[in-house]
Amino acid sequence: MSKQAHMVPVWFFIGVLLAIYGVIIFAVAVADFRHPSAVVLSQYHPDLFGGILLLLIGGFYTFWFWPGRRKKE
Amino acid sequence: MVLALFAASVTLQAADRLISLAPADMLIIVIYFAMVLGIGVYLKRYANTSNEFFLAGREMSAWVAGLSFLSANLGALELMGWAAATYQYGILAAHFYWIAAFPSLACLGLVMMPLYYISKTHSVPGYLHLRYGEATRALSGISFAFMTILMSGINMYAMAIVMKVVLGWNIHFSIWVSSLTVAAYVTLGGLYSAIFNEVLQFFLIWVGVLTVPILGMIEAGGWSGLVMKIHERVHSDEYVHLWSTLGTFSGNPMGVHWTGMALGLGGVIAFGYWSTDFLVIQRAMAAKDLRSARLAPIIAAYFKMMVPLIVILPGLLGLALLPYKLVPEGTPGEGLHTYNEVLPLMLARYCGPGLLGLGITALIAGFMSGMAGNLSAFATVWTYDIYRPYLTKVKSDAQLVVVGRWCTILGVFLSIGAAYFVTQFKSIMDYMQALVSFFIAPLCATVLVGMLWKRATPKAGFWGLLAGTVSSIAMFTLVKVNHSYLAVIALSPNAKEMAENLYRALWSWLICFLVTVIVSLCTAPKPDDQLRGLVWGLTDLPSERGMPLYKRPVFWAAGVGIFFVILQWMFW
Repeated sequence: MSKQAHMVPVWFFIGVLLAIYGVIIFAVAVADFRHPSAVVLSQYHPDLFGGILLLLIGGFYTFWFWPGRRKKE
Repeated sequence: MVLALFAASVTLQAADRLISLAPADMLIIVIYFAMVLGIGVYLKRYANTSNEFFLAGREMSAWVAGLSFLSANLGALELMGWAAATYQYGILAAHFYWIAAFPSLACLGLVMMPLYYISKTHSVPGYLHLRYGEATRALSGISFAFMTILMSGINMYAMAIVMKVVLGWNIHFSIWVSSLTVAAYVTLGGLYSAIFNEVLQFFLIWVGVLTVPILGMIEAGGWSGLVMKIHERVHSDEYVHLWSTLGTFSGNPMGVHWTGMALGLGGVIAFGYWSTDFLVIQRAMAAKDLRSARLAPIIAAYFKMMVPLIVILPGLLGLALLPYKLVPEGTPGEGLHTYNEVLPLMLARYCGPGLLGLGITALIAGFMSGMAGNLSAFATVWTYDIYRPYLTKVKSDAQLVVVGRWCTILGVFLSIGAAYFVTQFKSIMDYMQALVSFFIAPLCATVLVGMLWKRATPKAGFWGLLAGTVSSIAMFTLVKVNHSYLAVIALSPNAKEMAENLYRALWSWLICFLVTVIVSLCTAPKPDDQLRGLVWGLTDLPSERGMPLYKRPVFWAAGVGIFFVILQWMFW
């Protein structure tokens, strides 16, 4: 069996990093919700939606590529 | 508190920088550095043999190899430089993503990759060794190592300058922290580590910058609103058309004729870069089988053609929406912003705390992926094509890995040296494009003729490559000494510097091609049995009969072609 078969897949690392970033950005967005920063179009709360999106993508990748999960299946 | 103190220790006064980062932004950057180092430490256990360290065990899937292939090319200078070029030249800059991607990457995947992969060579100079012999390998290996280090140093210095202007970071801090981080993870995990981090960086670049085109298009009122605003700003339609303004040299902001764009850029520069620059080829060589190796550049082509969404569109949005006019580098004046700052300015326009940190992390990731690509390619070429054949007789596989690790560290210090060297001669940064035309354009002709024509001889390979390189340097010098020669080389008195780069590459390719053909006809070729696996017509490729159409590389390459045609039609 190749060495790569034993490796944690790169997609898992991506998932973890994006999920962590999602949590941070979402938390900052919630904390600043009533007083958004003075950037253009801040009324659309891009940080809130961006945080949620990152959390969803990151969470999916983390879950789907969790080490050992696919082997068990 | 700790992050705020850290930020204060490395940054200048707020007045000296474009963007201020909040603690959340700094946290995002610190986590990124921790993650890439962690990946390097984790992968060290898998990089024990030379095949693993230099070619990632040839176990990568087509997707991983393809994304890493593109990411190695998607450096921070690429992102910021082409956003700046778009502000300056308009949508013409998209040619460097579209015509520079389609024919060349499809051809690499379908025609050239099988020979690189089947020959089981470790590098492009290694292929030239098998095809032409020692002299051609030495010439291309040394020129590649020289070019890689210089490019890496120039990139490093330019990135440090950007970090100083944008974030107020100390130049030495940026150079040393970023380069030592890259050195650490590439030295530990070799190509495994470089590839894993490049795929990670690819995602970060996209999610980090995507906010700008989305919010920018909302602000501009869609594409039609954007075109209208650009027209109001520059009073011309030249900035939003790809081909219709290229009928004359003077009819477009770039000063380029369509022949230069199609033949010089699409036919030589892009073709040469993608199909012979080992920096990117190494990623495809790491694929687990021939089909994956062929698919890797084709997958990269799809994403390459989508990169204008996060590079070209922000440049156009900057041109349409920024309330002030950006100026060329070096323009005197207080508080002026340069073209190169357009992407960071657009990030600062739309991104609050958190998203801004992600955007800046995307720029840092771009820089590190480019540098990791340079380092891993340098270590491989130096170890296999310079150190082993000429400097010592390395015996064991384990010794090669040790040499590779030391070469990575050596490459970092040489790059740092080159970065400081560049600070003494700042105009060298302007010569980056020239560097590509010196070494890459002629190499493209040498490789292509060698792969397609079995009659090409070892002596012809060497003399063709030498003639192409020398003629390119001579044309460059001639224009520097007497600027009137630009009109001769670029075929028009209205030609600008960009046209010079494109036509110089075209002439040096032609000179290399002609010399290779003429010398081949006068010298003895290699026997056929020595060319099997190296030349089309003498190489048996695995049959794809029985393979479903949707799994064949040619099917996906045709898709890239259709995508390309649609884009040209949309923005004609």
